[in-house]
Amino acid sequence: MSTDTEAHAPAPHKEAHARSWQGLGWGFIVKLLLMMVINALGVAAIMSAWNAEAWAILAALVLFLVVADWVYFSKRFLPLKYVYPGLVFLLVFQVFAMGYTAYVATTNYGAGHNGTKQQAVDAALIQAEREVEGSATYPLAVVRDGDTIGFAIGDEGVVKVGTEEQPLQEVGGSLDDSGKPTSVDGWEVVPIGDLLSDQALAKEVTDLRVPVSEDANDGSLRTREGSTAKIYRSSLVWDPDADTLTDTDSGVVYSPNDRGTFVGDDGSSLPTGWYVGVGLENFSKAVSDPDYAKPLLRITAWTFAFAFLTVATSFLLGLFFALIFNDDRVRGQKTLRTLFILPYTFISFLTALVWRGMLNAEFGIINDWFFFGADIDWLGDPWLARLSVIMVNLWLGYPYWFLICTGALQSLSSETMEAAKIDGAGRWRQFRSITFPLLLVSTAPLAIASFAFNFNNFNIIFMLTDGGPNFDDTSVPLGATDLLITAIYQISGVQGGRADYGLASALSIVVFVVVGIVSALAFRQTKKLEEI
Amino acid sequence: MRNTIGKVAVVATSVALLAACSSGTTTEEASSTPEASASETSSAIDATGLTLTIWVDENRQPAVEAAAAAFEEETGATVELVQKNFDDLRADFLAQVPTGEGPDITIGAHDWLGAFVTDGVVNTVDLGANASSFSQVAVDAVTYDGQVYGMPYSTEAIALIQNTDLVGEDAPATWDDMIKAGKDSGAKYPFCINTNGATGDGYTMYPFQTSFGAPVFVQEGGSYTSEVGMGGDAGEAFATWLGENGEKGTGLISTTIDYATNNELFNSGKCAFTVQGPWALGDYADVNFKVNPVPSAGGETAAPFVGVQAFYVSSQSENALLANTFLTNYIATPDAMQALYDADPRLPAYEGVDTSSAAFPEAIEGFQASADQGVPMPSIPEMGSVWDYWNAAESKIIKGADPVKTWNKMITDLTAALEG
Repeated sequence: MSTDTEAHAPAPHKEAHARSWQGLGWGFIVKLLLMMVINALGVAAIMSAWNAEAWAILAALVLFLVVADWVYFSKRFLPLKYVYPGLVFLLVFQVFAMGYTAYVATTNYGAGHNGTKQQAVDAALIQAEREVEGSATYPLAVVRDGDTIGFAIGDEGVVKVGTEEQPLQEVGGSLDDSGKPTSVDGWEVVPIGDLLSDQALAKEVTDLRVPVSEDANDGSLRTREGSTAKIYRSSLVWDPDADTLTDTDSGVVYSPNDRGTFVGDDGSSLPTGWYVGVGLENFSKAVSDPDYAKPLLRITAWTFAFAFLTVATSFLLGLFFALIFNDDRVRGQKTLRTLFILPYTFISFLTALVWRGMLNAEFGIINDWFFFGADIDWLGDPWLARLSVIMVNLWLGYPYWFLICTGALQSLSSETMEAAKIDGAGRWRQFRSITFPLLLVSTAPLAIASFAFNFNNFNIIFMLTDGGPNFDDTSVPLGATDLLITAIYQISGVQGGRADYGLASALSIVVFVVVGIVSALAFRQTKKLEEI
Repeated sequence: MRNTIGKVAVVATSVALLAACSSGTTTEEASSTPEASASETSSAIDATGLTLTIWVDENRQPAVEAAAAAFEEETGATVELVQKNFDDLRADFLAQVPTGEGPDITIGAHDWLGAFVTDGVVNTVDLGANASSFSQVAVDAVTYDGQVYGMPYSTEAIALIQNTDLVGEDAPATWDDMIKAGKDSGAKYPFCINTNGATGDGYTMYPFQTSFGAPVFVQEGGSYTSEVGMGGDAGEAFATWLGENGEKGTGLISTTIDYATNNELFNSGKCAFTVQGPWALGDYADVNFKVNPVPSAGGETAAPFVGVQAFYVSSQSENALLANTFLTNYIATPDAMQALYDADPRLPAYEGVDTSSAAFPEAIEGFQASADQGVPMPSIPEMGSVWDYWNAAESKIIKGADPVKTWNKMITDLTAALEG
């Protein structure tokens, strides 16, 4: 079409619609409006990144936005105008996600190493600051003298004031009925409303500690909500220059080690750590730990078997039904086809839960209806559980293949089939030499995708068997129907709360590489099919 | 020329937008500074512009909403309630607090506390003027290493639930009495207990385990150590008992029973006794039942786990003052606690809450009696690793594996996992 137009109207300076000012110039205006929206969103995102102090994200956003403006307002880069949105999505959702996973895989991010070092210090200080036993609750007023913030308390009818530097001392002033200072000589009382509405001031107040006496061991006043104070005492002191925490009671000095933990000179350590890089340790952990190596090998074998058998059985069953219901002699084709597709439309994890109930040995309807109420322990015996998983997945999966194969069969040229018939080929011969190979050309890539999907089919396993029944001969809680992905979930403790995201990321990358290699090899094989 | 116009247009629009957005920001900032709030004469609290973010689950949302409305009205601050699935709160709080994206306050279960403390995501709280109104077991549960980290609002424990039409109202004293009463009643199943299917459920089985004197962790002066306490003779005795009553023994305990099946059996009158928590009562609409403490199987007191729900303050909260004000002045009050109870009737952790609003006020008393003889669920982070080993071993024993061998292997594997 377009070549046609150009041939008839060879305009040397023909402009793209989006640059065109001819007529009303709609093309340019539409582009301008779209770019305005994109710029507005981009600037808003940049500013919120600025507020969140997320510098890496800010840099990326600025780069994306500048490049977008450059690409769409420049005369060059015509191909980029089409490719750029896709490229951005690729970078954000694929490359970044993979890169971040790879980064996490080289850290010890997980339980006990959950934040930054500063947050670990904060936590240690929070945990070490304790209420002095028997401390009374003092009515409190926050007072201010210029930039200096202080606490004024009513202590048995007497007003006392102190600041961070100046321990509590008696001053003149007045108290209200509840014992709270209402006026303090030399100080301005800050109303509680001002305190609550000023985030910076509020933070200053919650961070303020006013020593009750010259002796630091007596503790200091702190307030949490701005109207009462109690005496607390901290046993840890943070020295940012020396990078150490010192326990003032025992004299133990805690210094950071390269595993992201504060270790004391007496060998003890503080509970809260931070995440640090640990290199490739996570990758070697799974294979080098003998407790995990053996069960993981069995699980890998089962994962391959599961993925292959699922695709093979559901493909063959789907194809079988597709062939039958593709015959014009079948009445009510449309209704029947719709009914066939039903299992495919159910939510898979709900289906798995329903099947779990139906396969129950004592109360399940499978045993009641088809096995005379025998107590067949479908999900409790390793091999029966594996069979059950494959059968349930077959039930879930064959409608998809029925749909695909029906479509593919209908697109086969009837001429080829005619020719085969005339050549005297029988039904089986037709199927084997013509229908099936031609079908494979269009369905093989889908089969590979389905294999990759089922390789990581977390839902069905988690909902149907939860990986069980557990192996008897291993010391780790892994089971006969665990796939690599559910085993990773289990090993990394994401569910139990003892999460090790570093290890989980490393194992996910290993699985990703395995699936990638298998898919690449398989796709290479499908190229041969196309040569038929 | 056109090109230039285009560029100018874009720049101009961007600048205009920038100005619009930034002016928006300035107004916000201005309103949060004392100068702009300008209420120097009035002492009414004006926290306009500040937002307190609270994570709640579906059940708690209405009650917290009511407390938040009073808080908003009196302080001018905005309370943003984010509703989350209760089970997601723990992982989300752990992951998001360090990034600065977490809430100021979240609700949560007390057994998450160990992980929260080792990951440094919670701050300590002060229970305020009404501190003495909180029940001791609840305060103990939210205390970690001598410090109070949460403001408790409810407790819960499982108990024995019996079908009064079949076995009357009297609490059986021992396991044997219970089974005898169950059998005499002619019910199809004298006793049902949820084993979560083949997964195993150490939580529901725990009162029977403690009646043999085998606590999951060794307790020292009220708090748990990380030393596994369910090994040894006591643990073996429990395992043997479990095997004897499992599928190859009396068949009273079976891995075919999951939560839904258990409730269905009890509700249809096929089960005389079951062990469940208050959350299951809604499923027992068709039978008359009474709630009693769990009978002992091994001679000692059958102590269930007591769980406590609490409010936690984030260690990275920018609004710590506001958050603590909200908790001490708007949550730790009889009215707010009553509202929390009315919204989801679990055993209150606060004295003076009127429990008659519950659908089953008598049942609440029964659960209270059971909780009184219970022990807090360990909140040490090691507990997270226990469930998988523990549940799986119980499931295997019920299925007929050698009880003592399976149990001891579990203890060995678990101890190794906790050390490694």
